[in-house]
Amino acid sequence: MKVKLLFFAGLREQLGTSGEEIELPAGVTTVAGLRAHLRGRGGAYELAMGDKKLLRAAVNQDMAAPTARLKAGDEVAFFPPVTGG
Amino acid sequence: MKISVQREDFDLGSEVRDLSKSTRIGAIASFVGVVREVAMSLEHYPGMTENSIRKIAEEAAARWKVMDCTVIHRYGDLEPNDQIVMVAVASAHRGDAFAACEFIMDYLKTQAPFWKKEHTPAGPRWVEARASDDQAAERWKFKPGAMKP
Repeated sequence: MKVKLLFFAGLREQLGTSGEEIELPAGVTTVAGLRAHLRGRGGAYELAMGDKKLLRAAVNQDMAAPTARLKAGDEVAFFPPVTGG
Repeated sequence: MKISVQREDFDLGSEVRDLSKSTRIGAIASFVGVVREVAMSLEHYPGMTENSIRKIAEEAAARWKVMDCTVIHRYGDLEPNDQIVMVAVASAHRGDAFAACEFIMDYLKTQAPFWKKEHTPAGPRWVEARASDDQAAERWKFKPGAMKP
């Protein structure tokens, strides 16, 4: 199944892209699973999305926990903790 | 209820005047956040930003007697002294207006998808989230209505 990936702020700069369409490999069904899959690409992804990096995620524009399940067509965003206000 | 995410500046006085004219309103509390010391660029997540602020304002209206409310948050390039954000809450009494206004700001700081990049003399740097902001939002979870009159 396909999902739309988005990256924001420092994470977007580190990865050098604001997002992509991605076909999820079988077995990747959650936000945490997707993060681990992306980290597995190595290079900038390993650095920017490693376990020690504090990241937040949103699914379909709602803040989502690592355990949130994904379905085809979802918009999944990863970003650093927010700093507005 | 008015929620706006915009590049342009805002005028607190006119926004307050534009709040509901219900004669049951007896108190309007407002807050303005201003850029301190360093110029910055504010990035946001179009679509999610407006939705998340609306949810926070609706949550405030569920907890306190909010009769109208306006939240404006700017994005783009901002200079020291520029206004960043404003919240204005109209209620029957000041207790609800103050509490709802503070609640909206505390939650906005940890839930609304904005990111500040400061342009320091040493170069640009992304502002790191502060634990104290999380704590400010967290206290409303454990003591809902603690600031009610």
